Amino acid sequence: MKLIRNIFEKNKPLFEKGGKFEKLMPLFGTFETLFFVPDEVTPSRGVQIRDAVDLKRLMMTVIIAMVPCLVFGIWNVGYQHGLATGEIMSFGQQLWIGIVVVLPIIIVSYAAGLSVEFIFGIKKGHALNEGFLVSGMLIPLVLPPTIPLWQVALATVFAVLIGKEVFGGTGMNILNVALTARAFLYFAYPSQISGNVWTYLGDKTPIDGYTGATSLAIANEASVSRASGVVEALSNSNTVVSSDFFSFSNLFLGFIPGSIGETSALMALIGAAILILTGVGSWKIIVSVFGGAYLTGVLFNIIGANEFMLMPAHYHLVIGGLAFGAVFMATDPVTAAQTERGKWIYGILIGLLTVLIRVFNPAYPEGIMLAILLMNVFAPLIDFYVVKGNKQRRIQRATV
Amino acid sequence: MSHTIKLKKGFNINLAGKAEKKLAECDQPETFALKPTDFTGILRPKVMVEVGDTVKAGTPLLFCKMMEEVKYCSPVSGEVVEIKRGEKRKLLEIKVLSDKKIVWQEFKKFTVSDIPKIEKEEAINQMLNSGVWPNIIQRPYGIVANPKETPKSIFISTFDTHPLAPDYDFACNGEENFFQAGVDILKKFTPGNIHVVLNGNGEVSPVFSRVKNAEIHSVSGKHPAGNVGVQIHHIDPIGKGDLVWTVNPYGVIQIGKLFLEGKYDASKIIALTGSEVKKPQYYKTYTGACINKFIENNVSDGEVRFVSGNVLTGEKIKSDGYLGFYHNQLTVIPEGHYSEFLGWILPTVKKLSFHKAFGLLSFLNSKDKEYVMDTNMNGEHRAFVQTGVFEEVTPMDILPTYLIKSILAEDYDDMEALGIYEMIEEDIALCEFVDVSKNNLQKILREGLELIKNS
Repeated sequence: MKLIRNIFEKNKPLFEKGGKFEKLMPLFGTFETLFFVPDEVTPSRGVQIRDAVDLKRLMMTVIIAMVPCLVFGIWNVGYQHGLATGEIMSFGQQLWIGIVVVLPIIIVSYAAGLSVEFIFGIKKGHALNEGFLVSGMLIPLVLPPTIPLWQVALATVFAVLIGKEVFGGTGMNILNVALTARAFLYFAYPSQISGNVWTYLGDKTPIDGYTGATSLAIANEASVSRASGVVEALSNSNTVVSSDFFSFSNLFLGFIPGSIGETSALMALIGAAILILTGVGSWKIIVSVFGGAYLTGVLFNIIGANEFMLMPAHYHLVIGGLAFGAVFMATDPVTAAQTERGKWIYGILIGLLTVLIRVFNPAYPEGIMLAILLMNVFAPLIDFYVVKGNKQRRIQRATV
Repeated sequence: MSHTIKLKKGFNINLAGKAEKKLAECDQPETFALKPTDFTGILRPKVMVEVGDTVKAGTPLLFCKMMEEVKYCSPVSGEVVEIKRGEKRKLLEIKVLSDKKIVWQEFKKFTVSDIPKIEKEEAINQMLNSGVWPNIIQRPYGIVANPKETPKSIFISTFDTHPLAPDYDFACNGEENFFQAGVDILKKFTPGNIHVVLNGNGEVSPVFSRVKNAEIHSVSGKHPAGNVGVQIHHIDPIGKGDLVWTVNPYGVIQIGKLFLEGKYDASKIIALTGSEVKKPQYYKTYTGACINKFIENNVSDGEVRFVSGNVLTGEKIKSDGYLGFYHNQLTVIPEGHYSEFLGWILPTVKKLSFHKAFGLLSFLNSKDKEYVMDTNMNGEHRAFVQTGVFEEVTPMDILPTYLIKSILAEDYDDMEALGIYEMIEEDIALCEFVDVSKNNLQKILREGLELIKNS
């Protein structure tokens, strides 16, 4: 520890004003503050003491909350690989395949995003903002395991540059960075992010009768073809692998193909528990997204115009990326509604729109991504009216 | 007595070094100082004395050219020994070497029964010339009140919920006649009410609870329940064009003494507090006291910071510095010049936090645990990211995040609409403390107030 301190002290003059690498000070500062909290003290006027919290800790809390999803997701890549190829694999082998597939995606995401951040940091002369530490982990988790690495890099650069830096950096962006990356891939390279991309096969061929479709795709198809109910269609899928491949419990636990970190509603709920207990994520948003989706599902059950509408409402909460999105994407404090009342409205509308898109728009089976992005855009409008209410109360008070 | 206003939002910062309710024996400091920088409204101070002049307690030392009637007077008698100026000749301190026995400037003396008969003009004149007037603060803006104006009401908060704040019940014990006389005088200045706000969290001294000629309220809750701004918001809120005056009990008592005793008695009981004080207790001294006598052999070794006032709204001063005009407390805490290895992620129960983010475990401690906090920033300045936290520590129907952003955007209409008139620095200090992004919110708020005031 003292040794590390000494290394920083020794090299600091090189980066300070007049030093050889003066321009790289933000880079140096970022690394220094990664090891040491700066010795900066409070100014002589204003609060003399400060709360122990800082943004790094806040962001790390989010990353810790994502760990269950990440670890489960890594293992599930290997597990699905085994199911699809019919290979008998030990737990260790499954985990290893997952690591080999997922780790490069994470590394590429961080490398690409941090490079952009550093360039902007150096240009603007500020240290790296912690925001990307979370985005950099979210991006891999919402992508399929078969995604080409160059696309990961491209999408990340696009998201950080267009989604965030052009608006002024962390804290100023309108759209969630990770979802911007995914939306970019969705519209720019649709063939790599839809269809049979959700299961990593490597150079092996799947067993006969295996389908790599996600639960959402199956539900959608059942609804379009009107051949059978959604639940029936789900239970008839992948019977070569197991008779209950798409059972409700498997959907909930996440033993299904899908984006790397999104399949398990249970793991997302563990993350939600961490975020809510630590107060880092807004429980109002999480609860209202689930609530909004469920109530919309119930309403559709009553209307029952097509098969997807008739799918039991609680299925909506476990299929696709709703749980993951509700917990980790919708709660992004920068892009969500910022007023407490606004958070309820924002969350309910995300839930509602997600189900709406799923049920009525066969072109986009996954609704949560677009629902959140759309509500990101509308969040300032929601806040505008909540804030207006506050102003109105002040005016009314004066006239009474 | 009306019902208690119960506030749920807020946060108590329970620091080590609470003052024992005991008056310490200690020599009076040799010098006292008047610092124009203590008064937010003073823009063009004009010194009325020269080095070498002898002054009495109550002799005017300076006035502000913007409001010439208000005289700022010497708290003690003695000799003017230094007029300290800073950059660009900015006036910083007028130091007075105190006599052993205070000689008072004489003002007109009244009996208790005469007080109701005093004319408003006469009362104002006596207060303006004696040095007690600056105790009256005007809201909005938190500046010294303008004697030509009439407030819609006057507020007196009789308790202070800031960290380690002095107990007014103890400090004002036995002063009920002066307090009552002060209230009676203030009543002349407003057609509305004098609102005396009592501590709803426990027993209240009869000095405050038995006061007459005023409307009595009770507010309970965590800090900032004692902040007069919060109380105004719930009792008689300030809108555009409204004026409210506030006086703290020390000031009310000084006003009472001016009329009953005919002198500017700047004596007050201050609290010496903080984790680095060996024997935290109360001292009797005068406004603007040099702190050197109180801290002599009474402060722990190591690098410490002397704060005139409390740790949320106070000001750093030197070890031979002077207490501020409005400050009744000296807080001594450790300086935080150190770099903590991985301090941003290591779990800690020792460091107090309002938050519960990973590793911040102080919420597990008992509520009575006393914390030693230093001046380290505990992080770096960042853009606003987290939302909803300021609202949790602000027990008012105000959205601090939006207010601050409207100030940064210099949007005058929004500042007004979002309630800038209802806030001064102390009302946003707790937000500054809990802020994850380490912004200087008090400074930003003051900039906003200046913009509005000068518009």
